[in-house]
Amino acid sequence: MLYREAGDFKTSYKDDSQTFPIRIDRWGYYAILAIAFIAVPLVINDYWASAVLLPFLIYAIAALGLNILTGFCGQVSLGTGGFMAVGAYACYKLMTAFPEVNIVIHVILAGGVTACVGVLFGLPSLRIKGFYLAVATLAAQFFLVWLFNKVGWFYNYSASGQISAPTRTVLSIEVTGPTASPWAKYLICLTFVTVMAWLARNLTRGSVGRKWMAIRDMDIAAEIIGVNPLAAKLSAFAVSSFFVGISGALFFSVYLGAVEVGEVFGIQKSFLVLFMIIIGGLGSIFGSFAGAAFIVLLPVFLKNVLVGGMGWATDLAAHLELLILGGLIMMFLILEPHGLTAYWRTLKEKMRLWPFPH
Amino acid sequence: MKLKMIAAAAAALMTAVPAYADLTIPALNYRTGPYAPSGIPYADGYSDYMTLLNERDGGIGGERINVLECETGYNTEKGVECYEQTKGQGSLLYIPQSTGITYQLIPKASADGIPVWSMAYGRTSAVNGKVFEWIFNLPVTYWDGASVAVKYAMEQEGGSLEGKKIALVYHNSAYGKEPIRTLEALAAKHGFEFVPIAVDHPGQEQKSQWLQIRRERPDYVFMWGWGVMNSVAIQEAANIRYPMDKFIGVWWSGSEADVVPAGEGANGYKSLTFHGAGTDFPALQEIKTTVIDAGKNAGDGSKWGEVGYNRGVYAAAMTAEAIRQAQEKTGNAAITAADMRDALENLTVSDARFEEIGLGGFAPAVSQTCGAHSTPRLAAVQQWNAADKTWTVLTDYIEPDFEIIDPLIQEDSMAYATEAGITPRECN
Repeated sequence: MLYREAGDFKTSYKDDSQTFPIRIDRWGYYAILAIAFIAVPLVINDYWASAVLLPFLIYAIAALGLNILTGFCGQVSLGTGGFMAVGAYACYKLMTAFPEVNIVIHVILAGGVTACVGVLFGLPSLRIKGFYLAVATLAAQFFLVWLFNKVGWFYNYSASGQISAPTRTVLSIEVTGPTASPWAKYLICLTFVTVMAWLARNLTRGSVGRKWMAIRDMDIAAEIIGVNPLAAKLSAFAVSSFFVGISGALFFSVYLGAVEVGEVFGIQKSFLVLFMIIIGGLGSIFGSFAGAAFIVLLPVFLKNVLVGGMGWATDLAAHLELLILGGLIMMFLILEPHGLTAYWRTLKEKMRLWPFPH
Repeated sequence: MKLKMIAAAAAALMTAVPAYADLTIPALNYRTGPYAPSGIPYADGYSDYMTLLNERDGGIGGERINVLECETGYNTEKGVECYEQTKGQGSLLYIPQSTGITYQLIPKASADGIPVWSMAYGRTSAVNGKVFEWIFNLPVTYWDGASVAVKYAMEQEGGSLEGKKIALVYHNSAYGKEPIRTLEALAAKHGFEFVPIAVDHPGQEQKSQWLQIRRERPDYVFMWGWGVMNSVAIQEAANIRYPMDKFIGVWWSGSEADVVPAGEGANGYKSLTFHGAGTDFPALQEIKTTVIDAGKNAGDGSKWGEVGYNRGVYAAAMTAEAIRQAQEKTGNAAITAADMRDALENLTVSDARFEEIGLGGFAPAVSQTCGAHSTPRLAAVQQWNAADKTWTVLTDYIEPDFEIIDPLIQEDSMAYATEAGITPRECN
């Protein structure tokens, strides 16, 4: 009834190929952007920023990155945590070496550094596939964490081996450091997420993305029709690592402020981001957001319901949380391999037909 | 939009939760994950002592104490979430229970004006209260611990460590790396060779590290471990037949959960400590009768009297003393976080006072000042007896080598002050 394309006429190819061809979708998108950029900063507090919104936004960038590599190009990676660490440490080194340069530039450069490292570790993907590639990226994960723990130069020889973000400003508003206000941190992350999602969406529906998908679906066939596997795979690694690097840089500088590589960017982080795209949906931009939201919100939600609402013991709630998360991952893999995106799509389909489903 | 609904429900719950109590103290505990063996006894001890005060005295100064448990799993991100969640509920003091979380909270809590007490962990240079106004790390620091261990080893070797070799098995994190700088300085001073050996989180696999120890044959092995890493290390040491009396852990590597799994092999293992062992204290007996036997205990009651449990009791007793002194000073029963900070800075707990609260001889007297946020900075050595399953304190409280440590503290705290743009305040 409400949600349909009847009456929504397109008079140019540009209109026809836009991201949200249905009017109500488009409005919804603008409404969400308006709420996120204007309404949320007015009401946000420390708790919502640190516990919910910042991790959601930053994980969404990481999930977008991994989705480009795994979902769109079909290259399994378990090195996300390590690549996030590269982004974080690159950002730290740049922040401390060039304090006068704007933090936004540092974050983007950190993404660039991560892209280079990603390409380097992506090279084996030209020879090996599937599980074997997963093991190669796992090696990257362990190697990078070890490197940042071992070599003092990366953490400026601080006694504890921790890196901590000094206060930096954007348009003379503090965005990093302990005194930064929650809305400033939120807005800087939101801006990055919006730009990165726009970039990801447009990359994946253009020729680059189609090459990635061709490689994913069948690499030999793709090669025969003229896709260069070297360029396609390495560009996927580069773009994916760029995203992951930016998320790592934001994770360190804006969200946590102080980071210890082994704990924050360990193998668990790689799995967490992988779970996000599995639950959200492989090869989908919406899925990256849905997965990130799900994994960030579920523990907070369960904790508030079980401990805050029902007064259960904290350890019981924490164990139950692991149980539920594990169960859901198995459920999704068995019942709906395309994740939350598939449910969303079904829902939209039903809404289009409603109230006359036949 | 299922997610929106979840978010909305979460929002509704979050606003519904706060149950205000008069003296709110968040406890960032971890009863889950690889660090749970170390985290559970402490959490039980802390809560049980507070329950005792509530049950016996009706709180402190007529105000009941509300211990707000929040599960961190020793994870920094969850710790930050706990902090943000609880800080608006009138929290008086944060005891982060993890060096990683402490590092997170040092700038945040200083900006929010809530004191942080990292009890014998966290950033050692927080001793310098001129720089770290809101941070406390009494009663002892890691650098003191390293020095005491070296001093003890030197005593055992007849006064000299010249040409000896000391290995440090450490958790590869901010926590484990803390003593390295001191041990390097001490190695230069006393002429022993220092071999750091890292164990990565969570520390369940240490074959290669102990192979290295077997090859290097150090005269002493020190350990800065936590959680499951401790029991694995002690088991591995027993496996390579390393002499247990030359294996000395820091105070976080010396509780029942660490030695019991290795059975007979752990006999003679030593660790540092800053409080008494066992249940021979009136306060602990009272906890047993008033709290545990009445079924009001936080855990299952089985940890009562363990080293970790006693440490929780120590932390709770000190917190209670600080609250009491803040109440006396301000004349208000309901104190604020700022009052709590002032009280911690001037906290004095004499031996007589320890006696009064039923913990006579439990720990050395504390007397804080504005410039010294950690006192008395003493540690003793205790030893495990596998047959009786008891810890016995072997030495008196040993004073560390302040000559070496204090300049290091000064240097590190001033480096932090420059980094964070803090002008050290004056102390009279």
